[in-house]
Amino acid sequence: MRLGFNFWLGATLTALVIFAGVLAHWIAPFDPVLDADLMNSELPPDATFWFGTDGQGRDVYTRILYGAQISLTVGIVSQVINSIIGVTLGMTAGYWGGWWDDLVNGLTNVMLAIPSLIFALAVMAVIGPGLPSLLIALGLTNWSWTCRIARSSTLSLKSQGYVQAAQTLGYGDLRIMFTQILPNMMGPILVMATLGMGSAVLSEAALSFLGLGIQPPFPSWGSMLTDARQLIQLAPWAALFPGLAIFLSVLGFNLLGDGLRDSLDPHMRTRKP
Amino acid sequence: MTMPLLDIRDLRLSVPLGRFALHPLLKGVSFQIMPGEAYGLVGESGSGKSVTSLAVMGLLKKPLAVTGGQILFKGQNLLALPMREMRRLRGNRIAMIFQEPMTALNPLSTVGRQIAEMFVLHQGKSWGEAEKLAVESLGNVRVPNPDRRAKNYPHQMSGGLRQRVMIAMALACGPDLLIADEPTTALDVTVQAEVLRLIKELCAARGTAVLFISHDLGVIASICQRVGVMYSGCLVEENETRALFDSPRHEYTRGLLGALPRLGSRSEQGRQRLVDIDSIIADRSKLTESRFITPRELEGSQP
Repeated sequence: MRLGFNFWLGATLTALVIFAGVLAHWIAPFDPVLDADLMNSELPPDATFWFGTDGQGRDVYTRILYGAQISLTVGIVSQVINSIIGVTLGMTAGYWGGWWDDLVNGLTNVMLAIPSLIFALAVMAVIGPGLPSLLIALGLTNWSWTCRIARSSTLSLKSQGYVQAAQTLGYGDLRIMFTQILPNMMGPILVMATLGMGSAVLSEAALSFLGLGIQPPFPSWGSMLTDARQLIQLAPWAALFPGLAIFLSVLGFNLLGDGLRDSLDPHMRTRKP
Repeated sequence: MTMPLLDIRDLRLSVPLGRFALHPLLKGVSFQIMPGEAYGLVGESGSGKSVTSLAVMGLLKKPLAVTGGQILFKGQNLLALPMREMRRLRGNRIAMIFQEPMTALNPLSTVGRQIAEMFVLHQGKSWGEAEKLAVESLGNVRVPNPDRRAKNYPHQMSGGLRQRVMIAMALACGPDLLIADEPTTALDVTVQAEVLRLIKELCAARGTAVLFISHDLGVIASICQRVGVMYSGCLVEENETRALFDSPRHEYTRGLLGALPRLGSRSEQGRQRLVDIDSIIADRSKLTESRFITPRELEGSQP
């Protein structure tokens, strides 16, 4: 299987984010919350503070490393929730059809019509800010595309010989879905989840920026941007580096997803030079 | 006289056309299969052979509906059976093999596991036990190196081997009836002969009855004791295989046999045209008319 340059770039960026998040505790030079020293506030990048310091004198580099934990958790957990909801609804709708299919389709269309950030805002407003509610809000809002893809994959897989053969061999509906259909549509679902991780990271940043996500003083890239907003002329680095982190990690997830799609899709495979 | 294993009585099937019209696909088909007997069903495309077999399996898809008749399996009407019971019969007492061995196996699972699943599903065996039984059944269908082959994925096997795997899966639970829907059409002639012999021997050894569906008269002749000829949703003739080939009674059967090229016929009888039969497809295009299917003028005796 040929994996292009984009895939490797995406994989490298994603690996960097994972590396940063997992090892933050050991490689960060300071504590993200406690090492606040107003004497050191708004220092430009130098040998001690690689990315400079923010308004409270905290090391931006340290906070970005810890922020990666939040972004990763949000990206992965929300996509796992999304995929489970989307695949369950989409696969059963495609397989059984009938009124259930109509219902799921209607629900999917409604979900697609509501801007997901607004919906997440509403969910957060009801259950309150914080990491768990952030995960729930983002997990509940973005399953509609996964659901569509699962449904259409199921429809096409349903007519495959082995699914029909499984019926004649006495497989039950659930057994067919889990042994014949689900494994054969894992490719596109995986790609959707990877691409969705990027948008989940963005949504988390947006919600935190609006003050509904991670609560200060704990660092998340979005809340770091909020804090840095007031000082953007005095200490542009405090906004620049979290912004760059968001940009690069989202780019990484998207390139990884695209690369996965290209390598898993047999039609795309031959088109590459 | 023993009770027939499968007794299809006056089976009628229709597909709705528009709101009020029903287009009949089977117009009262009746035949019986005795335990252990191989019964052949021949006929051209669209004559209703496959639909009959799907009705027996209880796998007719939505617009198709049974409008009358009974399918008695061991005296039990399959059409009245609840879905759960029907599912328990499928693969266990009635099994089926298909025309397309290339697509009939799950590409993401080893063949050993796919066969083993039958034992787990219908006989409640543990996976470890089932996998041993799977290797055994691969050996029974004469796959060489069964323990190594069991770990293969379908794409690593040839069409003939895959059809053997399908047969192994179908016969795994020792069914009473095997429905073979053109199982050799996609295979080349030498493999075809091997697979046919395999089906014949395995079913004879286990006393499994076979409903063999084909448009290939030669294949039917080599495997079946009795043959039914279907045309346009009717069973037009039924007889012992020999008798049917020697003295076809129905005009359509005569047409089918006449359309078969014979080796050596030219030297015996000189140059002859093969008989051709007007295609039913032409009739289908007249669906807009009130007569949905115009059966050809059928001469000769009704069966």
